[in-house]
Amino acid sequence: MAEKVLMKGNEAIAEAAIRAGCRHYFGYPITPQTEVAAYMAKRMPKIGGTFLQAESEISAINMVYGVAGTGKRVMTSSSSPGVSLKQEGISYIAGADLPALIVNVQRGGPGLGGIQPSQSDYFQATKGGGHGDYHLIVLTPASVQEMADMTALAFDLADKYRMPAMLLADGTMGQMMEPVELPAENCNTVEKPWAVTGTKMQREHNIINSLYLVPEQLEKTNFDRYEKYKIIEENEVRYESYMMEDAEYCIVAFGIAARVSKNAITALREQGVKVGLIRPITVWPFPVKPIREAAEKVKAFVSVELSMGQMIEDIRLAQECKKPVILCNRAGGMIPSPEQIIETVKNLQGGNE
Amino acid sequence: MAVVFEKPKSLTDAVLHYCPGCTHGIIHRLVAEAIDALGIEGKTIGVAPVGCAVMAYDYFTCDMVEAAHGRAPAVATGLKRSLPENVIFTYQGDGDLASIGMAETVHAATRNENITVIFVNNAIYGMTGGQMAPTSLPGQVTQTSPYGRDVSTAGYPIRVSEMLSTLEGPEFIARVAVNNVKNVKNAKKIIQKAFENQINGKGFSLVEVVSSCPTNWGMTPENALKWVEEKMIPYYPLGVYKDRSAKEAQ
Amino acid sequence: MTTNILLAGFGGQGILFAGKFLAYNGLIEEKQISWLPSYGPEMRGGTANCSVIISDEPVGSPIVTNPDVLIVMNLPSLDKYEKAVVPGGKIFVDSTLIDRKVAREDVDVFYIPATQMAKQMGAPTLANMIISGKLIKETGVVSYGKVEAALKKVVSAKHADLLSVNLEAVTKGYEFK
Repeated sequence: MAEKVLMKGNEAIAEAAIRAGCRHYFGYPITPQTEVAAYMAKRMPKIGGTFLQAESEISAINMVYGVAGTGKRVMTSSSSPGVSLKQEGISYIAGADLPALIVNVQRGGPGLGGIQPSQSDYFQATKGGGHGDYHLIVLTPASVQEMADMTALAFDLADKYRMPAMLLADGTMGQMMEPVELPAENCNTVEKPWAVTGTKMQREHNIINSLYLVPEQLEKTNFDRYEKYKIIEENEVRYESYMMEDAEYCIVAFGIAARVSKNAITALREQGVKVGLIRPITVWPFPVKPIREAAEKVKAFVSVELSMGQMIEDIRLAQECKKPVILCNRAGGMIPSPEQIIETVKNLQGGNE
Repeated sequence: MAVVFEKPKSLTDAVLHYCPGCTHGIIHRLVAEAIDALGIEGKTIGVAPVGCAVMAYDYFTCDMVEAAHGRAPAVATGLKRSLPENVIFTYQGDGDLASIGMAETVHAATRNENITVIFVNNAIYGMTGGQMAPTSLPGQVTQTSPYGRDVSTAGYPIRVSEMLSTLEGPEFIARVAVNNVKNVKNAKKIIQKAFENQINGKGFSLVEVVSSCPTNWGMTPENALKWVEEKMIPYYPLGVYKDRSAKEAQ
Repeated sequence: MTTNILLAGFGGQGILFAGKFLAYNGLIEEKQISWLPSYGPEMRGGTANCSVIISDEPVGSPIVTNPDVLIVMNLPSLDKYEKAVVPGGKIFVDSTLIDRKVAREDVDVFYIPATQMAKQMGAPTLANMIISGKLIKETGVVSYGKVEAALKKVVSAKHADLLSVNLEAVTKGYEFK
C-alpha cells in the first residue's frame, strides 16, 4: 500500500490528474479552487507538461477543446461563476464528442455570489449547462480520497465514451485536508482515430466539429449521442448505500451534504430512528434504480442539499412521486448541520405516526 | 504538355460556398499554396472560425477543427501546446477576430504563441447578412448602421495590425490586400512567410488581408475592388507592421 | 473515540499551521483525520479558524461546530465559540492576548501566556505551537512521542532550520504548568 499523505482536495485533484496522464491544464484563478492551478503551475513545467493561465475562463475551455481534439488528456478547473463562463466551450466539446475533464469546486450563487461552499450548480451540471441537448458524466466526490480517485475515473470514462466529464465538488472538498493514498500512474487511454494530429498524408483529413447545417444530420448526431447516453445510464451509475437495509427514512445527499448526513444518521440510529442514506456518486447518470427500489420500503425521502432544492426534483422523478420528498437545505455558502437533518427526520416521524 | 495552372493540392474538390466576387476564394488559395510550397500538408491543422469561412474545414485537405466564435486563437493554442511539431493556423474574419475574439487574439499575440493567423478584414459581418463590424469604416452603411457608422455612438474602426504591433510579444504582423494582381502576389509571399515563421519557431504571425464583400456592400465585384482601393486601404495602410527577426537582423 | 478540535484566532497567528500539525500527529498515529480551514479574505489578517477531527472511526462531517477542544488566540474567537464547546470540553486560551476569563463552569479551561512565552523564546510567531503543546499534554488526543515526526511533515524542507525551535515551542507548552 502506498503511503498516505495529507493533502488538500484541490491538490489531490491536480496530482491525480497528472498521474492519470494529463499533461495539459488551462485555468483562470478563482476561489475556492485556485490550488489546482497553483499545483499545476508548479508541477507541469517539471514533467514536460503545459500549464497555462488563460486570459479568461472562456479561453481556457477553448484551449481544452483544442488539446482534446488532438486526443490527449486535458483538463480545466474553476468555481461556479467561472464554470458559467465555460458553458459555451463545454457545449462545443460535447457537440464535437471530445473527452475532457472539467472541475467545478462550487461556491454560492447566483451572480458573483460568495466564496463559501455550495451545491447550487447541480442543475447546470446534470441537465446540460450550455445550449443544446447533451450531458456530462458528473462525479461527486465526498472525501479527499475520492477527489483523487474520481479524477482518474473521470478521465477514463471521458475517454471510454468520448465525452466531457465533470468533477462536481464544493468549497469544503477543495479546501479540506484528509489522508489520501494517491492512485498509481495509470493512463488507461483508448485509441483515438478521430483525433487531429496531422494526416501525415496517410489518411483522409479528420475534422473536429459540432456544426451540421442539414437538420437531418444534426438530428442524427443527437439521436446517436442519446443512444450512447442510454448505455452510460445502464452501466455507469455509481452510488453508496449506507444503512438502508432496514431504513424507514432515506436521506439522499452527495458530497459534503452526505458527510454531514452520516453524522445525523449515527445520532438518529442511537435514538432508534431507522434512517439510511443513498449517496449518489454519479449525479448524471442519476441512481434512479436504487431510489425507486427504496421507495418500495421507506416512508419518505429527505433531500439534503446546499442549494434551494435541485436534486430533489430528480429524487421525485426517479420514484415518480410515490413517496414524499422533503427538502433539508441551506444555501448561499451555508451548510446544513447534523441537528437540522435530525430535526427534519424527526418531524417526518412525528407526521407519519 | 506543361501544366501552368492547377488547384493547390491542399484544397479539397469541394465547391466553395462563397458569393461571386468574394475574395475568400483567393485567400484560401494563397493559404493552400503556402502549405503546398512548404510541404507541410501532412502536419498542418487548421482552425476554422464562425463567420463566412465557417465551413473552411471542408476546403482544406489537412486536419481541421471548427472553433466557437472568436475562440480560434485559444483553440489553436491548445493544439500547438499539444502538438508543438505540427503547424497550426487559424483563418478568421473581422467579427470573429476583432470583436468577440479580441481577448483571445491579443493574448495569443502577447504570449507569442507559435501559430499563424490569417485575418480576413472585409469591414462587415458577411454570414449574418451585412451588419456593422469592428472594422466597418466611419460612415459605412450596414444593416445595423443604416445611417452610416456614427463614430460618436458606435466608436471607430479598430486597426488590428497597428494595435497588435504595439505589443512586445508577437513576431510578425503584416497587412496585405488581394484587390489586384500585384497585391495578390505580395499577399502570397507574406502568407508564406507567416507559415515559415512558425516552422522556424519564431512565434505569433498574423496576416491581415483587406478583403471585399460585394454582396453585403451592395456593389458589383469590380466596384467592390475599387472600394477596397479607394476607401479601405487608405484607412488600413498595407505593409509589414512588425517583424522582430528582421529588426534584430539589422 | 472522536475528538473535534476547533482552533481560532487572527490570520497570521499560525492557526491553520497548528491545525495541520495536530492533524499530522493523528495521521502518524494511524488515526482517521480531517482538517478544514476557513478560507477567503479572512486569511489575510481577519479571523481565521480551522476544524481538526482526530478519530478512531471514519470522519463524517469535517465541520466542527461543537468542539470537544477549543484553542482561542484572540478575544473575538473566545466570544464567538465559548458557548459552542460541548459540556465537559476543554478550552485553551492565549492569556497574553485575551484578558477575560472563560465564563462557563462546565468546561476545563487552561490559560497559557503563549504569546509572551514565545517572545521570551525569541520566536514570537510560535505561540500557536506552545498552545498546541499544552493541548497535547492535557487532552492526550495524540502522544508527545510523535511530535517531532509530525513537525517534520509540516515544516517545509525550505525552512528545515526552524524544526528545532518549533519542537522547543511545543515542548515548552507541553511542560507548562
